[in-house]
Amino acid sequence: MLIGIRAFFAERGVLEVETPCLSSAATPDPALLSFATHYTGPLFPQGQTLYLHTSPEFPMKRLLAAGCGSIYQICKVFRNGEAGRMHNPEFTLLEWYRTGFDADQLMAEVEALMRQLLGDYLTSAASEKLSYREAFQQHAQLDPHTATAEDFAQAARAHGIHAPHALDAHHDVGIWRDLLLTHLIEPRLGQGRLTFLYEFPASQASLARVRPGNPPLAERFELYLNGTELANGFHELADASEQRTRFERQLHARIAEHQPAVPLDEHLLAALTSGLPDCSGVALGFDRLVLLAAGARSLREVIAFPIDCA
Amino acid sequence: MATYSTNDFKAGLKVMIDNSPGAVVENEFVKPGKGQAFNRVKIRNLKTGRIIERTFKSGDTLEAADVVDVEMQFLYNDGEFFHFMNPVTYEQFGADKTAVGDTAKWLKEQDVCIITLWNGIPLSVEPPHTVVLKIVETDPGLKGDTSGGGGKPATLETGAVVRVPLFIQNGEMIKCNTRTGEYISRA
Repeated sequence: MLIGIRAFFAERGVLEVETPCLSSAATPDPALLSFATHYTGPLFPQGQTLYLHTSPEFPMKRLLAAGCGSIYQICKVFRNGEAGRMHNPEFTLLEWYRTGFDADQLMAEVEALMRQLLGDYLTSAASEKLSYREAFQQHAQLDPHTATAEDFAQAARAHGIHAPHALDAHHDVGIWRDLLLTHLIEPRLGQGRLTFLYEFPASQASLARVRPGNPPLAERFELYLNGTELANGFHELADASEQRTRFERQLHARIAEHQPAVPLDEHLLAALTSGLPDCSGVALGFDRLVLLAAGARSLREVIAFPIDCA
Repeated sequence: MATYSTNDFKAGLKVMIDNSPGAVVENEFVKPGKGQAFNRVKIRNLKTGRIIERTFKSGDTLEAADVVDVEMQFLYNDGEFFHFMNPVTYEQFGADKTAVGDTAKWLKEQDVCIITLWNGIPLSVEPPHTVVLKIVETDPGLKGDTSGGGGKPATLETGAVVRVPLFIQNGEMIKCNTRTGEYISRA
């Protein structure tokens, strides 16, 4: 499968790159917890905290800003606090960036790669594209952009989902969207075909561009196959000051949730200031891809030594 | 009382849920790529035996349930309670019919059972894996039949009814598997 991926990109003239796992900065996204370690020695005699990357996105964008053109990377990434049937704190990502591509063009390329890697085995049916709104309307009978916390609570009850007590009065619709997405909608997505979910709420834009409108929509997509989320892509945000504002908002959210503050990646922000070419990028969970290709049910079946026996 | 977070949840962990003691059956971690992590947890209510499914935000906590499994010897049944004794402390416990349930039909004096106690009160009784019991009623056996082909019902001294081979006679002692309710051998 790795050979297949490398052949796919070689044919398209996309360059394989390698960026560091360790960084003095970390993602401020409150949904991602970075492992921290410590370096002491030449260059940093007083010691320096280094974070293991949760994805190679920041340094890859620095390469893009430096003018390297379309690139891909296959690497181990690390996320604290995530272990389960579909999660291991250390896993392999395939991440790639295409200069001059918008989200639609990148979705088409993701589909081409999936068909090449999985053949007719899983992807014989035509792929499906569902906007975030359509997915909620179809499977939860509500509009995720306008629904209130009470509407979400009602939909959850109607589908027999027992929400956490603390959430009943919770006015943050973001958590409600995540609850219904993971419990009700995701398991139904991509049954026997590739399903792309796109046009996410602006609050879930992360590092994607936001298209102004009512509501504003993030140019972000996710790929599902057999109920499993496989990939997440963005039409990449290139505006440095907007990126800094989002980072700072995320830092505040982290602190509000009593998570440790992390240093922002000033290298990335400087690279965005110097100019990121118009591009789209996507990260695909390689272990989950192997799981689906093998017809396995748990990552334990495809990772030789999961975290509890590492 | 101690509390457990969703990270502690694993099969068998005893927690309080809806004011009843429960045992975690399954704990699934779900998380959207960029968003809130949840734990979908299946918990068996130890009073009713029913399995309920609950979702927690990762990191949420539940109170621990004071539930312990203790080996105890069955003493006697007084019609209302089944009395057991802890052979180490000689402490005695009375389990009501709800706690004993179906297990009653396997209980013979002096057999050692596993009693699940919640705050010192018996919640459930698990009989020994195998028991040796006397047959009190079965149809007359057919001499020479050792094939064990069809079998016939036999009522045991404790009230359980099991299928036994045709050659087994009234008054014999037999060994049974209490999990499957099946005859194993002559004892």
